[in-house]
Amino acid sequence: MSLLEVNNLDVRFALRRGEVKALRDVCFTLDRGERLGIVGESGAGKSVAAFSLLNLIAKPGYIAGGSVRFDGQELTGMSDRALRRIRGHRISMIFQDPMMTLNPVLTIGEQMVECLKAHRRIARREARAIALRKLEQVQIPSPEARLDQYPHELSGGMRQRVIIAIALLLDPDIIIADEPTTALDVTIQAEIMALLLELCEKHNVGLILITHDLGVVSQVTQRMLVMYAGRVIEQGPTREIINDPQHPYTQGLMNALPQMATPGERLNQIPGSMPSLDNLPSGCAFHPRCGFAQRADGSERPACCTQVPGFVTSGNCQVACHMVAEMIERERIPAEETTR
Amino acid sequence: MIAFLVKRLFHALLVMFVISVIAFAIQDNLGDPIQQMVGQSVPESEREALREELGLNDPFLVQYLRFAANAAQLDFGYSYVFNQPTTEVIARHLPATLELVAAATFLIVVLSVPIGVYSAIKPRAWLSRCFMGVSIVGISIPVFLTAIVLIQLFAIGVSWAPFPADTAWGAWLNDLITTEGGMPAYGRGNPVHVFGTWYTNFASLDGLLYLVLPAISLASIMLPLFIRLIRAEMLEVLQSEYVKFARAKGLRLRRIYFLHALKNTMLPVITVGGVQIGTLVAYTILTETVFQWPGMGLMFLDAIERSDIPLIVTYLMIVGLIFVITNTLVDLIYGLVNPTVKLTGKPA
Amino acid sequence: MSTPNPAIESAPATGRWERFRDSYLLYSFKRDLVAQASLLIFVVLVAAAVLAPWLAPMNPYDLAQIDILASELPPFWIDGSESAYPMGTDAQGRDLLSTILYGARVSLIIGFGAVALQATLGVVCGLLAGYLGGRIDAFLMRLADIQLSFSTLMVAIVVGALVKAIFGGATFSTYAVPLLVLIIGLAEWPQYARTVRASVLAEKSKEYVDAARTMGLSSRRIMFRHILPNTLSPIFVISTVQVANAIISEAALSFLGLGMPETHPSLGSLIKSGFDYLQSGSWWITLIPGAVLVLLVLVINLLGDWLRDVLNPRLYKG
Repeated sequence: MSLLEVNNLDVRFALRRGEVKALRDVCFTLDRGERLGIVGESGAGKSVAAFSLLNLIAKPGYIAGGSVRFDGQELTGMSDRALRRIRGHRISMIFQDPMMTLNPVLTIGEQMVECLKAHRRIARREARAIALRKLEQVQIPSPEARLDQYPHELSGGMRQRVIIAIALLLDPDIIIADEPTTALDVTIQAEIMALLLELCEKHNVGLILITHDLGVVSQVTQRMLVMYAGRVIEQGPTREIINDPQHPYTQGLMNALPQMATPGERLNQIPGSMPSLDNLPSGCAFHPRCGFAQRADGSERPACCTQVPGFVTSGNCQVACHMVAEMIERERIPAEETTR
Repeated sequence: MIAFLVKRLFHALLVMFVISVIAFAIQDNLGDPIQQMVGQSVPESEREALREELGLNDPFLVQYLRFAANAAQLDFGYSYVFNQPTTEVIARHLPATLELVAAATFLIVVLSVPIGVYSAIKPRAWLSRCFMGVSIVGISIPVFLTAIVLIQLFAIGVSWAPFPADTAWGAWLNDLITTEGGMPAYGRGNPVHVFGTWYTNFASLDGLLYLVLPAISLASIMLPLFIRLIRAEMLEVLQSEYVKFARAKGLRLRRIYFLHALKNTMLPVITVGGVQIGTLVAYTILTETVFQWPGMGLMFLDAIERSDIPLIVTYLMIVGLIFVITNTLVDLIYGLVNPTVKLTGKPA
Repeated sequence: MSTPNPAIESAPATGRWERFRDSYLLYSFKRDLVAQASLLIFVVLVAAAVLAPWLAPMNPYDLAQIDILASELPPFWIDGSESAYPMGTDAQGRDLLSTILYGARVSLIIGFGAVALQATLGVVCGLLAGYLGGRIDAFLMRLADIQLSFSTLMVAIVVGALVKAIFGGATFSTYAVPLLVLIIGLAEWPQYARTVRASVLAEKSKEYVDAARTMGLSSRRIMFRHILPNTLSPIFVISTVQVANAIISEAALSFLGLGMPETHPSLGSLIKSGFDYLQSGSWWITLIPGAVLVLLVLVINLLGDWLRDVLNPRLYKG
């Protein structure tokens, strides 16, 4: 049994103009010490997925169905009190923008100590000692002095180190990192990512890394999911998906990478843009942009625009696409015929 | 921090300078001390001599400097009406006003913070909606009208029976809207002497009773503003990333609301609100008029009525000073609470 | 600036009304009962005040119509009332309904007049300060700061008292309406100036202003034709609040005897004149005009609240 099992997770936002389904049928697992990447455009539901694991979605949003099992416990529907013991303790989070994540009016030390004290019966002095040790681990220069500083006295990169230190404070089983380097200077991004990877490996911490950067995913994670319009459309070992993407959307993403284009030529964009969640196309949400769904004569493939594709297994990956399903079907039938 | 202090102090001095120029201009143009000192029968030549002697024919700047030098020593001359140094007259009336403002401030702080925080934490609860509804009505009622209504309800009393008195619920409702009256609503009663010119209403039950209606009236003007301000700021703070992060850390809601969110909420509230507390002094003019509260506001109106120019000028200077002091204090407190101020000298 | 711009004139010709009909403003108004009720009451009150000379049973300014024997009569639901005076009469025997209608008229004229003045002053100062920056900005904003650090009410009271002292009571009474407009207008311009300046600064950093400047347009044209339209929604929102404030300020000044004389009363001076009779039991002389004043200010404030929620502009805090 995996450490974390997410099954058919459904998240909706109850807005005045109606319900918006932000997440549908999301399933994945995470083993102890495993590193999983969640990839997709902004608005695909990556962050919602991350926040809903700990039931941290803001008010109009709620978990409409599905389950999140962590270490044998069901997290959806768990009382806030019980969830509090898991948040920051066994599963901790790293947010996107370090400039906004730390409370501007509390010292770094205060924000670390309170987290320790929320989960352990511990003396202040002892908590400070642990905080100091964690700050050393994230390689902050003069960690002792940092404890009494306020966030605005630190640079963005340093603040993100502090946040990583906070995430590691209670030696969690899983860290959920929501685009941890997007808001940072390019020069610091690699440094922070390397640090995070190193610490996760060293302490055998599971990592759920949310990003739109395929390069980072391929370097850091072992498995990945690709999300589109609130659904997972492809998942499997990172290496396999990167080398041989099956879903037309994932293929498009890979082709759009600058290194895939010949110098001097236009980058290979996916035509169109992701639909908004309150106005999804019927069938496969990707079909209006999909080369496979559009036949050569301009008509659309009926299956693609009426049926939501189920998952089919291709190699070690799972893909939700009619085209892939058909291909597998075609391959299997001749194989069966020859054996007959 | 030093640079910050110096800057604030400079600003305060500048404001006091502007006020003193205005006050002097008033005195120079409206007040004719000769008129007050001598009767109508004195011939013009003698007046002119007196003018020369008093330096009233000196250039504007010289006269202003003399005025400013005296003002710095709290010497503003004699009140025409009381025939006493104006500062003494003010000193007699100042404690009443300050006590009224203090009582109102107490009410505002004690009520606005919990109500504002509650209606931000539970914006959809019916109680929050009630608070918001009452507060917008409160903003729309001028302070003197609140005072009048309070007098009608609690000093004079209301007895009416619009509901059928022969039914149980009707009698109950009639009872509910009938008020006894009898609350003291005029003057200060018999305040207890503390020292000098300071008599206090806080030291006896009787004194406190006299304070109730004026203080509620005065508080009623700012309370809704503060509730709405605190609620709006808190709502904004609760949306912030650091509050989400605090939740992700597994902190108790109580700690998140009352430490993480409230501390950030109070920063803008201190700047906006602190200044508003200062302006309560202005509203005391209205409250004191209605309740015949013998404070500076009532004295000021009286001085206007009787054209007691030196007293008017002194009042303006003193009130100006009070405003400047509260503003500077507010800035200082803000600087102490907000850690980002120290480095840059101004809020980042 | 008077030459019509063909691009502006022709393009939306299809639909100023259509655009308004499809706008979010109207949509949210249709869904908001409070806003609808407020607007209805406001329109009724304003109409009643404007039409006072035709609606009111008697002319309170005309001494010949006043019957001193009919003084302090209660409103219709209390015993002892007379049908000729549905809201009762005041201490001078004036019909209360009529004085209230005329009084509301005076209050509204002063309220709107004062806001027009503050808006003009404040918008010009705010635009200058925000757009030109530098010394003008520093000077104007320091001035606004100083004035705001006093209460606007305080400024109005002091200026009112001085104006009255300079002109003398009789002259003041004669010119009370324009003087009050002036006093309240001068006391509150910083609110506008700071709001406009804040949104000008926000707008100024946007690219369309750079674009206009690179096209060689004059500062004045950029300010009034390009930046000002984009600062309209905060101006609009604070204007509603300011009208309410101005009406309250006028009432406060009148209540202190620094406003409208009792012979030509506003709602504030009606409340003041009735206050003396509160102890003798004639509460209606002060409380009925008071209720009308509160209703008027309340609906304006509610409309302002609704507007702020809908337009959601960046307002200057503090």
